[in-house]
Amino acid sequence: MNSSIEENSSSLWKDAWIKLSKNRLALFGLAILCILIITSLLTPLIAPYSYEAQNLELGATSPSIQHWLGTDIFGRDMLTRIMYGGRVSLMVGFIATAVALVIGILWGAVAGFFGGRVDAVMMRIVDMLYALPFMIFIILLMVVFGRNILLLFFAIGAVEWLTMARIVRSQVMALRNQEFVEAANSLGLSQWTIIRRHIIPNTLGPVIVYTTLTIPSVMLLEAFLSFLGLGIQPPQSSWGLLINYGVETMEEFPWLLIFPGIALSLTLFALNFLGDGLRDALDPRASKD
Amino acid sequence: MAILEVNGLKVFFHTRNGTVKAVNDISFSVDSGETLAIVGESGSGKSVTCYSLLDLLPKPPAKIEAGTALFEGNDLLTCSKDQMRQHRCNDIAVIFQDPMTSLNPFLTIGEQLIEPLVHHPDKDQAITRRSAKEKAIALLDEVGIIDSQERFDCYPHEFSGGMRQRVMIAMALITEPKLLICDEPTTALDVTIQAQILELIKKLQETRNVAVIFISHDLGVVAGIADKVIVMCEGTIREADITDNIFYKTKDDYTKKLLSAIPEGAKTLPNRSIHGSPLIDVSNLKTYFKNQSGKKDNENQFVKAVDDVSLAISRGEILGLVGESGSGKSTLGRSILQLAPATSGSVKFDDQVLTGMNAKQLVPWRKRMQMIFQDPYASLNPRMTVFETLSEPLLYHGLASKKEIAQHVKQLMDDVGLAQAQLRKYPHEFSGGQRQRIAIGRAIATKPEFIIADEPVSALDVTIQAQILDLILDLVEQHNLTMMFISHDLSVVRYISDRVIIMNRGVIVEQGDTEGLWARPKEPYTKDLLSAIPLADPRSERLRIATR
Amino acid sequence: MYRFALGRILQAIPVLLAVITVTFFLIHSAPGGPFSADKAVPPEVIKALEEQYNLNQPIWQQYVSYLGDVVRGDFGPSFKYSGRTVNELIAAGLPITAELAFYAMIVALVIGLLAGIGAAVRPNTAQDYIPMTAAMIGICMPSFLLGPLLVLVFGINLEWLPVSGWGDIPGDKILPSITLGAGFAAYIARLSRGGMLEVLSQDYIRTARAKGLSETLIILKHALRGGLIPVVAFLGPAFAGLLSGSFVVETIFQIPGLGRFYVQAAFNRDYTLILGMTIFLSTLIIVFNLLSDMLAIWLNPKLRHEIKGAK
Repeated sequence: MNSSIEENSSSLWKDAWIKLSKNRLALFGLAILCILIITSLLTPLIAPYSYEAQNLELGATSPSIQHWLGTDIFGRDMLTRIMYGGRVSLMVGFIATAVALVIGILWGAVAGFFGGRVDAVMMRIVDMLYALPFMIFIILLMVVFGRNILLLFFAIGAVEWLTMARIVRSQVMALRNQEFVEAANSLGLSQWTIIRRHIIPNTLGPVIVYTTLTIPSVMLLEAFLSFLGLGIQPPQSSWGLLINYGVETMEEFPWLLIFPGIALSLTLFALNFLGDGLRDALDPRASKD
Repeated sequence: MAILEVNGLKVFFHTRNGTVKAVNDISFSVDSGETLAIVGESGSGKSVTCYSLLDLLPKPPAKIEAGTALFEGNDLLTCSKDQMRQHRCNDIAVIFQDPMTSLNPFLTIGEQLIEPLVHHPDKDQAITRRSAKEKAIALLDEVGIIDSQERFDCYPHEFSGGMRQRVMIAMALITEPKLLICDEPTTALDVTIQAQILELIKKLQETRNVAVIFISHDLGVVAGIADKVIVMCEGTIREADITDNIFYKTKDDYTKKLLSAIPEGAKTLPNRSIHGSPLIDVSNLKTYFKNQSGKKDNENQFVKAVDDVSLAISRGEILGLVGESGSGKSTLGRSILQLAPATSGSVKFDDQVLTGMNAKQLVPWRKRMQMIFQDPYASLNPRMTVFETLSEPLLYHGLASKKEIAQHVKQLMDDVGLAQAQLRKYPHEFSGGQRQRIAIGRAIATKPEFIIADEPVSALDVTIQAQILDLILDLVEQHNLTMMFISHDLSVVRYISDRVIIMNRGVIVEQGDTEGLWARPKEPYTKDLLSAIPLADPRSERLRIATR
Repeated sequence: MYRFALGRILQAIPVLLAVITVTFFLIHSAPGGPFSADKAVPPEVIKALEEQYNLNQPIWQQYVSYLGDVVRGDFGPSFKYSGRTVNELIAAGLPITAELAFYAMIVALVIGLLAGIGAAVRPNTAQDYIPMTAAMIGICMPSFLLGPLLVLVFGINLEWLPVSGWGDIPGDKILPSITLGAGFAAYIARLSRGGMLEVLSQDYIRTARAKGLSETLIILKHALRGGLIPVVAFLGPAFAGLLSGSFVVETIFQIPGLGRFYVQAAFNRDYTLILGMTIFLSTLIIVFNLLSDMLAIWLNPKLRHEIKGAK
């Protein structure tokens, strides 16, 4: 901006941010998410107790000044364990979503942009994979190859990319026929320039929204598998696994179930609210008037 | 005795961004058997006025702030929900603008026709399905639906646009209303269909002696059918009078502006020279698309959007291309610019054959020919500022260096009449007319010799339309452009073009210089088309309707 | 329509074949044979067992003969439940899981539709906010958390309802059905609200109002059909979700259904049982996806028409 006579402009991103910042629930979600990420990154530094050290004499105690969230039957501090579990849960959520994102965007963009036969074949493959019972397949993979966290990333990512591919494809298809893309064509811009300048910036909104909503569903999947004993394997821990342990002793020590449960639910809440808020803020239909 | 009397009506919209005074203190009345036209541009409050009478506005954000609307003495604005249902069912009916979205796609038209009779709020007035069906079929016959027995069980998507609007009219009349509100009933239709629908409404009104409120943005459309006209602007009434006074003796400046914005006759451009040598030479061009509906027999495998078209455009000429929807006029334009691949035939630009070139070979030619699109909302990338949009062609074709670019873009802004201060704004911050100026700026950025304008003013209000047309003419003259102007609107084409081509179903029906073609059309299709144009001249309109 | 259905069924066959093939080779490439977990089994016994289960044949031969068996509907014997066939185990578990899934679906549809439609009719009021907040909680409270909490509150603290079993004590079907159905009720509520809001903003709803129809009729007749298409399309995936949800719920409530068999088979490395059940469950899911797709198309006259035209 070089001169003061230029009038204030507001891009769609700026508009979206203004809308989002008016949505309290979404902001709450964003705040929770930030706190979680920071805590997870700093856990080894700030965790009050050791993650593994057992204190069998202490055993399970209810929440107290020393142990804010109590201790488990081996006398391990629950807060510490939830913090470490959260690291794994969040990591699975982010990495598996990233896997889904990369495959889904590439697949969807190629199918949508080239269209025709390429599109028909690629989307038929997606349709067929959709019909597969993936949950069963993940369990199968876990059984056959052992409970391996890398495999878990890959397996969950392999499930979630399908929807991302569909979303990106339909976006690209719709954009490809928009007049401004046709105008770019009539200017003689190269295909790559058109994709980079005109298509990608306009598909980002829905992709961001869907990504935000994919993370909680991935975390849920991981927790589900870990709960069944088919996901994360001890000594690693995750919230699903902690809930599983909690269920075994919930009659005597309900806090061992309730605190990891709250951690998981609160995170899912935060991400879902943020996703809903982003959808409202980035929805092109809402921004027209 | 007025059947409806509206007094001091105020409707405000309370939105997050403040209060919009959509209707601000208006009064009018309608008598039985009379047609009142409410005319205004978008945002004038004409539709809001009528929807508020039937409680059809979304509340909130809409709120009726003041006023009364007495229908046969009962106030519509304060009556109970049950009374309102009675009014909707017995007294007042509406014909909506877009028959495609206004009919429920999940129900047969028969079901939609008979339901107000079968589910009448008064149990003793409700009639059986069988007698309702008889009534509906008789009415379908009357509005001109052929095979009404069978069509009764069809779904809306099985009808054409015009037929759908006929169904909509039958649906409005089935409850035998005393007042009929028509909200832009012909705006979504082709001009020949529009003439038929207007005639039908007129005829039905006369046989039934109902009062009609006819909402339109087009003074031409209402000239032949209205007894009284109200001109609205920004929520207020600018002028209200009998039709002839509005058209012939208007006192209001805004009405004058509306009337003068209607393109009439032909423009005069003194400083232009049309050379004989053709810049564009199209021969035997065919553009077929694969049929999407899945029919596999050989006959219907392709949609012949452009079917064996040959034409030439001389340097400096403005060629008008006219056709109704589905005539292939847009596809022809895109095929000439090599945006839609031609099936066969050739397109020559400055004696160079363009058909068959690959994208890379076309790049230097793309600079010399450009396109202006119809929808100013879709034709600009919403995530790029005006500066980015306008600088893209200049930088890409190396017409300006990074250093000089700001100067070039500012010059372009001047050329199309936009303030330089708005350079860093995004498209959604502009009005439709301003957006179209940006799109025109982008098209002339590379200093092309040839421009195809595809319905560049169809999405705009009539006063804005006039400004954009004048801008286009200015630019043509200044830069000595050759232009192909595609439109469904014959008056606009007549105003702007030197020569006209009429297209229908993928082929050229007739062509000739504009005035000659208007004066002596040869083909029956052209005659139909020309006679269907509504004129902003009540006397000749009445005469024409009477002589049909 | 029939031809379309036939086409879709034919399209499902390669998918099923792929499922069988992938599952078969996955299982057979598992590190360690099926008997390696059992300690101190004499080699001759293993050999006899391998002969019994044809494990000494080349793998492709095993595959071909297994494929033949599957086509005939025979999944062979279970490795771990000696003397019982996979078919018998499926036959024992299926009615229980089917009943559980059925009740859960009823719970999900009744609660979900009522909440969603109710919210859409009066958006941005308490009638919208309260059920939608509840739905969000439902989505964020997975069954493996909700189930134990319900057990803790209604089973252990209040002692109102039994906490395990299926059909043994009166009332023991209530908690599992609610646990399994709650999440889907939440999804259906959100989907039906979204679908109904979309439809209620359409022009043709305004037309119906202008005709003087009652609000009830407008919602039931004009809005519901279009508004529920997203819900109908969700039924297929929901069915798959109910099956995998039954893994958890049947484990929590100790219900002897398919889900618990599957999880136990996964733990015990009961390869034939996993293989057989994977193929069986996949077939079920594919069939239900097909049905919900076709129902969604049948509900839309325009799509119905296009498919008719394609004949």
